[in-house]
Order: sequence, then structure tokens, then C-alpha cells
Amino acid sequence: MTTLLSKTSGEVKINGFDSEKDSSKVRKSVGIIFQNPSIDLNLSAEENIRFHTILYGIYPFSPAYSLMPESYKKKVQGLAKVLGLENDLFKPVKTFSGGMKRKLEILRSLTHEPKVLFLDEPTVGLDPLSRKSLWQYLKTVKKETRMTIFLTTHYLEEAEDADQVCIINHGKIVAEGSPSQIKKTLKTTYEKKYQGPSLEDAYLAIIGDSHE
Amino acid sequence: MSELNAILIIAYRDFLKLLRDRARIIISLIFPLLFIGILGGSLQANLSSDVGYDFLVFTFFGVIGQTLFSSTASGVISLIEDRQNDFSQEIFISPISRYSIVIGKIMGESLVSLVQLIGILIFGFIIGVPITLSGMLTLIPVFLIICLLGGAFGVLVLANLSQQRSANQVFPFIIFPQFFLAGVFSPIKVLPPFLDILSRLSPMRYAVDLIRGVYYWGKPEYSKVVLESPTYNILVIALMFLGFVTIGTYLFVKKERNR
Repeated sequence: MTTLLSKTSGEVKINGFDSEKDSSKVRKSVGIIFQNPSIDLNLSAEENIRFHTILYGIYPFSPAYSLMPESYKKKVQGLAKVLGLENDLFKPVKTFSGGMKRKLEILRSLTHEPKVLFLDEPTVGLDPLSRKSLWQYLKTVKKETRMTIFLTTHYLEEAEDADQVCIINHGKIVAEGSPSQIKKTLKTTYEKKYQGPSLEDAYLAIIGDSHE
Repeated sequence: MSELNAILIIAYRDFLKLLRDRARIIISLIFPLLFIGILGGSLQANLSSDVGYDFLVFTFFGVIGQTLFSSTASGVISLIEDRQNDFSQEIFISPISRYSIVIGKIMGESLVSLVQLIGILIFGFIIGVPITLSGMLTLIPVFLIICLLGGAFGVLVLANLSQQRSANQVFPFIIFPQFFLAGVFSPIKVLPPFLDILSRLSPMRYAVDLIRGVYYWGKPEYSKVVLESPTYNILVIALMFLGFVTIGTYLFVKKERNR
């Protein structure tokens, strides 16, 4: 979906563009946070961001922060403030904790104002505090920019607030709909096994069923 | 326009990385100095009177060609390292052409090689390689051409490797024989047919010969040292460059998508 790998079958459209024929337009409309941080550890946080904005053609090349346009500086400082990274912008990324790296990646991908933000298990390996603040931040961003967030996760409580949930088991979609819908249908089908009120319980019921 | 900016920033990143890695700068200087100083020096003392030209100068320009070629090639291969650190994903999901990525990487590593060359040139002045300022200036574009060829060669190698470890093992194996096939420190005017074919297949041969062709141009040693005319070498290098970049990028992109 993110144009990195070829599809196996069917058609993929992101923001109205075909992911194979219009891959460059698709890449412009999405931001991606991979499971493994994709930051250059040899550079500072700001250099990573600058690299990104120039790659995306938002600003022309410039070898130093001080030579970048005012609008760039304002944008970076603004985003850094929201994420609480404003004091670490010019520090080497090597010194960052896991949570800070995540935040930096999100900050970086927001600079090109994506329509869809892909998050591949963004909170894996984060401490509870970073996890909480990350989600708070993502919710604000979602509200402010009205962007779609596409999340894959194993922590199902993170999916409770989603508009649409899709449960995949062995590469096949086994349940689809809003969290409350999924819970509702399950209540009727799996009356005995399905006991708790959360998505996680629903998930366990479905997966358990397919294993039998 | 944005493709050009992207190429520039990819190249600039490599340059920044070099400046932050002091150990790499020092190591890159020691190796060529060993070759020129020890090998060139000993050959000079023992052979020079027989071949009829200054062996130290011969080796000096050979080592320059070899250094630029292999250091740019191995630099480009560092894209594998990026891939293992998952940084390449950041480059590969950006909306720029795959060719821009490869060209940017080649340019960046060329720049890195040229910076490393400064030390060798200073050493050349100290040991008294006879060269004029205008001679130096004509050589600068030649140096750049050789870096580009080395970079393109790196792309081709890169496209066929998947891990840094295999790169570390394979790379010396494909570079080291070229030292001798390209005549970096040994004359290859006369070679047995089998070695002659291999030598003509070695991209480094054309790089080294081009430098010598330009340096010895108009000098009495020209016919004794140089194998082919600079025009011929440039032509071969241009064809190799285009071939390597096109095939290399194609294979590399294909492999990335089907990973």
C-alpha cells in the first residue's frame, strides 16, 4: 500500500491514486512510521527533518539550518513544541531514547502534510509514559489535520478509539467494522466464548474459533 | 527541480557522514600512502632503470585511479548498510525517482573520495611528483569521471548483494584482482592473451589508463606508459557508466520491491 512492495493481487488506491501506476503521487500523500525506526543516527534531529523536507520537494536544498527559509524554521519549531522535542532538535539522534526517536519520526513525516499516516506498531518497545503521550499527540494531530491514520497493532486497546477495525488472522480478514459493531456481532455468534467488553476479548474469541 | 534537490541532499548526507567519522578519513589516507611509499618506492629502486620511466610517478597515478574508483564503489555499496539500519526505507518511500537516489548516492560518494584524495596529493608533492598547476587542473575533471565510474560499478555490485557481510566478503574479491589487471602498480603493456581479456573487462583499467593518458600527454614517456588514447578510455568509461547505472538500478529496485 505504501508502494514499497509489489501487491499480490487486486487494486490499491490511496488518496485516489493507484499505488503502482501513480506511485510518486501516492508517496507524496502518505506518511509512514515503520516498525523499526528509519532515522539516520549519524545526523541530528533537525538534519533528519531537513533531509526529509528536501527529499519531498517542499524546500530547496540547503547545507545548514540557518540558511533554510523562515517558514521551515517556524514549522519545525512548532511541531517540535507539540511533541516536546524543542530542546533536542540539534542533538545527535544517537543520544535519543526509543520514545524520542518515534516522536521524531512522526514529526518528520508530518512536515509534508500527508493525507494518510501509516503507523506500523508505533508503540512497540515504548514505556507507558511515552506511549500515552504519543497517543495524546496523535489524537490532537488527527483532530487538527483531519488526516486518516492507518494503524497496525497488537495492543488492541489502542484500536478501541478507531473508526474502522479490521482483524487479520493468517493473512485473511476475519472481522471488519467499527469496534462496537465487531463486538455486537460477536456477542450473538460466540455467546459462550465471548465474555469481556473489550476488543481484545472479541479478538481472542475470533482467533480461538479459527484455531479449532 | 525537486529531483535535483533530492540528489543534492542525498549526496550532502554522505559528505556530512564523512566529516563526522574521523577514523575513516585517517584510514583512507594510510592505505594509499603504504602503496605509493613502500611498493612504489621499492619498485622504483629496483626496476626503474630497466623500464625507462619513473616508477614512483607511475604508481602514484595508478594508486590515485584505484583509490578513487574503489572508494566510491565501496561507498555506494554502503546503501546496503542503510537498508539494514532501515534508513533506506525513508529514502525509498519519498516521491523521487529511483535513478535520483542512485545518482545522489554516486555523487555523494564521489565527493567523499575526492576529499580523501587531498591527502594523497599532498603526499605526492612531498615526494616530488613533477606536476604543474595547470596539469593539476586538467586532472580534476578526470578524477571526477573516475569517481562516477567507480560509483556506477558499486551500484551494479550492490544490486547483486543483499547483506553488508556478504558485501564485505565479495568486494575485496572483485576489487583486488583489478589492482593487477588494471596495472595500478605493475606495467601491463604486455600480457598473455588470457590475462589480456580479463584486463580489458576490468573497469578500473580504463580509469587508471585515463589518468595516466592525461598526465603523460605530450611527455616523452607517453608511449611507454599509456595503453590507449584518453578519447578511447572516456568512450569506454561512458558506456560502462550508462550500462552499470541502468542495469544496476533496475535490478536493485526490482529486488527491493520483491523483498
